[in-house]
Amino acid sequence: MLVSVLNGLAIGSLLFILAVGLSLVFGMMDVLNLAHGALFLGGAYLGATFSGSWGGFLAAFGIAAVGGLVAGALLSLMTAPLRRRSHLDQALLTLGVAFVVAELLIIAFGDDPLSAAAPPALDGSVTVLGAVYPTYRLVLIGVGAVLAVAVYLVVERTRVGALVRATVADREMVAAVGIDNRLVTTAVFAVGSLLATTAGVLGGPIYGARPGLDATVLILALVVVVIGGLGSVRGALVGALIIGQVDTLGRVLLPELASFVLFGALALVLVLRPQGLFGGPASVGAR
Amino acid sequence: MTAVDAPAVPGGTPAATPRAPRGRAGLLAVAVVLVLAAVPFFLAPFATTTLTRILVFALFAVSLDLLVGVTGLPSLGHAAYFGAGAYAAGWVSINVTAQAPVPLLVGAAVGAVAAALTGWITVRSAGVFFLMLTLAIGESVQQLANTWDSVTGGANGLTGVPSVRIAGEPLTNAGFVYWYVLAVFLLGFAIVWLVARSPFGAALRGIRDNEPRMRALGYPTALYKYGVFVLAGGVAGIAGSLLAAQARFVALSDLGFLTASFALLAVIIGGAGSLWGACLGAALVILIRDALGPSLDGHGTLVLGVVFVLVVYLLPRGAAGFRLPRRNRS
Repeated sequence: MLVSVLNGLAIGSLLFILAVGLSLVFGMMDVLNLAHGALFLGGAYLGATFSGSWGGFLAAFGIAAVGGLVAGALLSLMTAPLRRRSHLDQALLTLGVAFVVAELLIIAFGDDPLSAAAPPALDGSVTVLGAVYPTYRLVLIGVGAVLAVAVYLVVERTRVGALVRATVADREMVAAVGIDNRLVTTAVFAVGSLLATTAGVLGGPIYGARPGLDATVLILALVVVVIGGLGSVRGALVGALIIGQVDTLGRVLLPELASFVLFGALALVLVLRPQGLFGGPASVGAR
Repeated sequence: MTAVDAPAVPGGTPAATPRAPRGRAGLLAVAVVLVLAAVPFFLAPFATTTLTRILVFALFAVSLDLLVGVTGLPSLGHAAYFGAGAYAAGWVSINVTAQAPVPLLVGAAVGAVAAALTGWITVRSAGVFFLMLTLAIGESVQQLANTWDSVTGGANGLTGVPSVRIAGEPLTNAGFVYWYVLAVFLLGFAIVWLVARSPFGAALRGIRDNEPRMRALGYPTALYKYGVFVLAGGVAGIAGSLLAAQARFVALSDLGFLTASFALLAVIIGGAGSLWGACLGAALVILIRDALGPSLDGHGTLVLGVVFVLVVYLLPRGAAGFRLPRRNRS
């Protein structure tokens, strides 16, 4: 039971890292980035390729971070010409990009599932309240918690964060005040993609890297974002923790119906609060 | 020429109905149906099989177009109903009977029921939210099929589906399978076409263009959206039963994310809202995936991804946007 709760927390912190980027990009630019899962997979393959030593792990982390920044900036530039068209066109564009990226990854790394080992000293297990538990997952919970606090402080307490929140609330007004919001949106897209690729490296020892993982992860992130409310950091955190618990508990208690437990949670939230737990009323209805 | 007459009839009836100004379109439709019916006489069996696959996927794309183009509900989980119909038709063919209308009707019923079970939640949303929800549902259904392997065969897929039987005779020849698929395709296309032209279809277009106004006019828009969702699921289920009849094998990927997004790609290539455009888009997708893909080492998806990106930039209204500017836009 304790192990399952801890597993849920570990998956939850991973999902938070993944979903907060997706949520901010959508909240700021109304772009549903369907390539988010493919970016995660890119990070996961990097992690799997370099796994085994601290140097390799950090190298994968660094390459994934830079790659994520570049990919996010590129995606932001690619969706810019479509800004006057429907949000659906932008989502479809990122879907096409997701196919291309995922196929290129398969060409580069092969069809076979790869596994990634945790860095040395974290690959053992420790005893938590009498239960044996992998160290790496505990560290992951810690990283997730630190990151959650960091993102929260940046968004809620700094000038840049205020700019981000203002852009989420009213893009035109921010532009009218004299701030180049293209720079803000590109930066947020880049950072959101960075979070996706580094989540891939961090998630490597749990999920491994295999074709199809991009879709699985993308859907988990979407469910988190829908439950939490789009554009809300707090929503992404709560949604990720809920889905982490629901998913792991569902797999333990009802392995046959695990996917429907997830869908049931989604349906329940949407029936009770269609805008998500922390979504503002304005974020729904607007296409 | 004797074989030409029989399958031409079901398509000829709806295609001939347009009023005088559209008489040329009607003639064109009849000509296309005649050519399609005569194809097995001219093409090699492999090409006939490819064309059969195209027809199966085209019916699936047409059912999706009813949601995307006519009603304005972009779905990324429509393959769930296609795959559910395919599994149901395959299972019935193996365990009960492969006699012609039975797998078809079971596929349609299961597709519609699956859509009815999941649709009540999706139709509460619109736009990108609808996209996300259908994606999540499609993935859930795929995972269900994966775990329920006593019925679906799990990751191995549903193997050993027998040939469809008509009047007790199994259809083993590729040409006969083609005619069976063509006849059902024309029937399904006619259903969708008639629905899109009916007052119900007009109300759906109204919902697409301005849902609050339709609601203000007294239309129960949620009910309409639910209705069309279930109908589209049923037609997708029919297409699924054709898949089971043609491939005689159902794989997990048939109800997955890739299949669903390829169908959406077919609709977008063809121009959302244009049913014949969706068929052309489906032809392109299948040609790239099944005919070109093997020569690219199985990386047809890469080409399709590039096509997707190009279409979004260059053809905002799809292939149908070229010739039919008078069509109302979404």
